[in-house]
Amino acid sequence: MEWLERNVPKMVLAPSFVAIMIFVYGFIAWTAWISFTKSRLMPKYDLDGIGQYNRLFAAPRWDVAMNNLFIFGGLFIVISMIIGLALAIFLDQKIRAEGVLRTIYLYPMALSLIVTGTAWKWILNPGLGIQETVRGWGFESFTFDWIIRPEMAIYTIVLAAVWQASGFVMALFLAGLRSVDGEIIRAAQVDGIPTHRIYSAIIIPTMAPIFLSAFIVLAHLAIKAFDLVIALTGGGPGYATDLPATYMYAMAFSRGDLGQAASSAMIMMMVIFAIVVPYLYSELRPRRDQ
Amino acid sequence: MTSKTMLRLGLYLILILFALFYLMPLFVMLTTSLKSLEEIRTGSLLALPRDITFAAWSEAWSTACAGTKCEGLRPFFWNSVLMAVPAVMISTVVGALNGYVFAQWRFKGANLFFAMILFGCFIPFQVVLLPMAQMLGLMGLAGTIPGLIFVHVIYGLGFTTLFFRNYYVTIPQELVRAAKVDGAGFFRIFWSIFLPISLPIITVSVIWQFTQIWNDFLFGVSFSGAGSQPVTVALNNIVNSTTGVKAYNVDMAAAIIAALPTLLVYVVAGKYFIRGLTAGSVKG
Repeated sequence: MEWLERNVPKMVLAPSFVAIMIFVYGFIAWTAWISFTKSRLMPKYDLDGIGQYNRLFAAPRWDVAMNNLFIFGGLFIVISMIIGLALAIFLDQKIRAEGVLRTIYLYPMALSLIVTGTAWKWILNPGLGIQETVRGWGFESFTFDWIIRPEMAIYTIVLAAVWQASGFVMALFLAGLRSVDGEIIRAAQVDGIPTHRIYSAIIIPTMAPIFLSAFIVLAHLAIKAFDLVIALTGGGPGYATDLPATYMYAMAFSRGDLGQAASSAMIMMMVIFAIVVPYLYSELRPRRDQ
Repeated sequence: MTSKTMLRLGLYLILILFALFYLMPLFVMLTTSLKSLEEIRTGSLLALPRDITFAAWSEAWSTACAGTKCEGLRPFFWNSVLMAVPAVMISTVVGALNGYVFAQWRFKGANLFFAMILFGCFIPFQVVLLPMAQMLGLMGLAGTIPGLIFVHVIYGLGFTTLFFRNYYVTIPQELVRAAKVDGAGFFRIFWSIFLPISLPIITVSVIWQFTQIWNDFLFGVSFSGAGSQPVTVALNNIVNSTTGVKAYNVDMAAAIIAALPTLLVYVVAGKYFIRGLTAGSVKG
């Protein structure tokens, strides 16, 4: 009975432990294994070296997908951060109706990326969307047809993703701004330091951890972005807006090429871990000291 | 006018312009869904509807074609409800118990396991997609709603555990120690001390999980069958359906229908929604 009482906590965790070991770590190991085999339509378990990775890096479509990831990820993160920080600072100026504005800025985050993609696909279509509307106002030569131009379509993904996530970055930064010690700011104001200096020299430097959090969340969203591409461009025109996530999906479920699907998934995981592992390490360490 | 009021005016102008940027797609979706196709073709994207018609809404709900099935979004909407409700409940209950153990009943190896759960939150799901498809097949759950519930519970556990752990860790351990001295056991302490104060974090967890699961597309499109597709997958199928005339008003009505539950949650309980978002990213 006492043994039972002592071990109840472990027994409560046990099912989750088993589940995480199998469905997270076991599955990662399985995918890793498959990525080193000649698997095509069906999984094969004989190891075959790094052939799949060679094929992957030689595939022009994968090249496009990785390039797009860097273009999309870079722009998406930087623009969302700039807009989010600017809106947070502006909203922090004792704005009337701040609550309403905040609600408006953040609501896209509640939507499915499929909904976001569907809406923007309609707005951006050259025939009846924004382009036609602006032309209707008398600007006959106005062109905004990025969504059908292979070299520009990736920027429509950036636009829709920034629309969706920048309000969230605003919320993060606003919470950060509000948590800065009011005494310090008041002291600086008494000393006659101008507002923009108070922000650039006092407030923003203390928010470094929030920049990091925002970066991690956005990078994570960028690498996993799959739904948005499917709904907005379907990866097209051609495969111009493919991302690693859509490449992996195409290999797994329409091309029947498990080896390529597995190796591309592994590369995605390594990109995420290169970003997240140092972050989690630094987050977890102080907790152990407590 | 002083330069200070000029500055204030500029500030409000920028804030309002951004508000318009965020509202525009919702406005366009709503107005388009209330127009006839004829009016869409001849009118402007940003114009208000001249004759409001709800025809597109009823078509989106009950007759629009998703793939080969022409029953509108309705059956898929209910699929999403049947999937989300149990998945949210199970993952929240398990997360609460896990978080309680991690926060108050530490044992050797608990920190390591917590770190492993945390890593699990960040994996790209692509890396588990192939083996999960095989596993669901082996379990006889391929293409079923219980299969989707299972997947969402497993991969939602990390976040719900994190929420509750970070919430319960702020409760002094002396409280648990005193209760133990009084002879209360593990579940008794949870039931009479922790559960009564948990309403805020339960709300956060439920809202987070509901939003995640309702909005999910990747698992839905990978693991559902023709009869078990969630609403996001059906919406994408309706929009990309190639048969017949492109009915933009129906697409937009369908998009709003698919978005309504999570939008409603956001409007009613936005505060908790934001707490979930930030708790997932900032250490609590």
